[in-house]
Amino acid sequence: MNAVPPLVSVRDITVRFGGIIALAGVSFDVASGSIVGLIGPNGAGKTTLFNCLSRVYRPNSGDILVDGASIMQVPRHVVPHLGIARTFQNVSLFDSLTVLDNVLIGGHSIGTGGFFKSAFAWPSVARDEAGLREKARALLAFANLERYADAPARDLPFPIRKRVELARALMSDPRLLLLDEPAAGLNHDEVEVLRAQILRVRTRFNLAVLLVEHHMSLVMSVSDRVVAMDFGRKIADGPPAEVQRNADVIRAYLGADAV
Amino acid sequence: MMRRYRWSGLAVAAAIMLPFLLSKFQTFQATQIMVYAIAILGLNLLTGYNGQISLGHGAFYAIGAYVTAILMDQAGAPYWAAIPVAAIICFGVGFLFGFPARRLGGHYLALATFALALAVPQLLKWRMIEHWTGGVQGVFLDKPGAPFGLPLNSDHWLYYLVLAHVVLLFWCAANLLRGRIGRAIRAIRDQPVAAETAGIDIARTKAIVFGVSATYTGIAGALSALVIQFVAPDSFPFFLSIYLVVGLVVGGASSLWGAFLGAGFITMVPNIAAEISKGATGLIYAVAMIALMYWLPQGISGGVQRLFVCVSRRRRTAHPSGEG
Repeated sequence: MNAVPPLVSVRDITVRFGGIIALAGVSFDVASGSIVGLIGPNGAGKTTLFNCLSRVYRPNSGDILVDGASIMQVPRHVVPHLGIARTFQNVSLFDSLTVLDNVLIGGHSIGTGGFFKSAFAWPSVARDEAGLREKARALLAFANLERYADAPARDLPFPIRKRVELARALMSDPRLLLLDEPAAGLNHDEVEVLRAQILRVRTRFNLAVLLVEHHMSLVMSVSDRVVAMDFGRKIADGPPAEVQRNADVIRAYLGADAV
Repeated sequence: MMRRYRWSGLAVAAAIMLPFLLSKFQTFQATQIMVYAIAILGLNLLTGYNGQISLGHGAFYAIGAYVTAILMDQAGAPYWAAIPVAAIICFGVGFLFGFPARRLGGHYLALATFALALAVPQLLKWRMIEHWTGGVQGVFLDKPGAPFGLPLNSDHWLYYLVLAHVVLLFWCAANLLRGRIGRAIRAIRDQPVAAETAGIDIARTKAIVFGVSATYTGIAGALSALVIQFVAPDSFPFFLSIYLVVGLVVGGASSLWGAFLGAGFITMVPNIAAEISKGATGLIYAVAMIALMYWLPQGISGGVQRLFVCVSRRRRTAHPSGEG
């Protein structure tokens, strides 16, 4: 039944920073097209795990497989070619560039034309650029950002910046989208918009989402599966309703006395 | 398409007419400004757009000049063949320097490039290569005349030769910065981690930008050898590298045409200062520089741009219908 390997398989990942163990043998899979929520108190190792997936950190041991092949030797800038795109917890935009240019940079991995062809205005470069721009405009429309297209990214309010980052991540045709606390800093209404957007992204772009989030009602309502972590260990993994009832999860969030 | 090149086209047309209005010395000065503009443009690609600081671009200017001079003097090469060779060599040297330097950030890169600027003039005096470089004496060159029997004196011909390089190199830079590569270059400056996550190979891009930057400054050096018809180690002191940085900052980093303003500043201001008072040129230069940085912290081009934005905004408030 499971002849096809999962889209992403995290296997027994351990990360140490000096004497601190950030991740201790964490394993889980992400099936293609699924939404997986990753929860846990601050310092549980969620962002560390994200950074391993996008090759920002190198795990001390363990392996990460994409389509059954290890990515441990893949350079960071090749990760988008594997179909993995991410957003950052604190939103990492290119501030001096316009919103449109920010989104276009997300398409760097699907573009062609190096220094030489660009400098001498090779005809293929113009065609390629036109295609990228069309795609970026469509994504701006999707994220409801059209009117900000030519605004410099630095002048925008935080919720808009988050949407720009999402559009940038979608530009590379990812099969797995890593969202690092997309609801942080958003008010109630904006979280509702985000909830609809995550579901819409999945169906429209046919991708899997790995969602790190503290906003419980958001995680529980959009996820097909939830992985809970505490102090670098996986403490629960299953459907949202089941994880919500898990004694270890309740203890991690509310303290030992709560159970 | 036509709109995009409207202003550049006007500027080129004006530049073509210019020598007929200028004296021999003024033509030489205008040529020199264009040479420096190319050098500063190279530095601008590196520092302004890519965020890599270089205090050593005088070294590439020197290498470009020397390669041209040696090829013409020793191998009897025509200048039109020597310039591309100088460009290729400077790309190679710049790329090889940029490859290890890519790991150095900010101050460390500044120091590494500073070392380059200190080393090159010394190397040019080295006894082992004196046969080619002419040692401290340097190399004298003949003034190239106009080809194909064009009715131009050699000063005018040099002016147009440099102008042609300016047009080609600015066109290339504008093309480069407009598209995918230009976005990658600026993305690395703004947010390296996010740039890499978006699929940009930072190490490779930085090294190539260093190479391209060295090519521009090297071509400027090659042209300067033709314009001055003489190269010597003392023509490329460490201060040359600093003047290029001054031109970059005064003109405005991250602005292509700012390179001309910066070049104009470093060429003209010392002369103007000397006319005001021979004894206080350094002081006048310094005051001009500090005043500019105080009033126009984003360089002259940044100031003009801000003025333009202010004016168009005021116009829009006056005619609200203009707002789309």
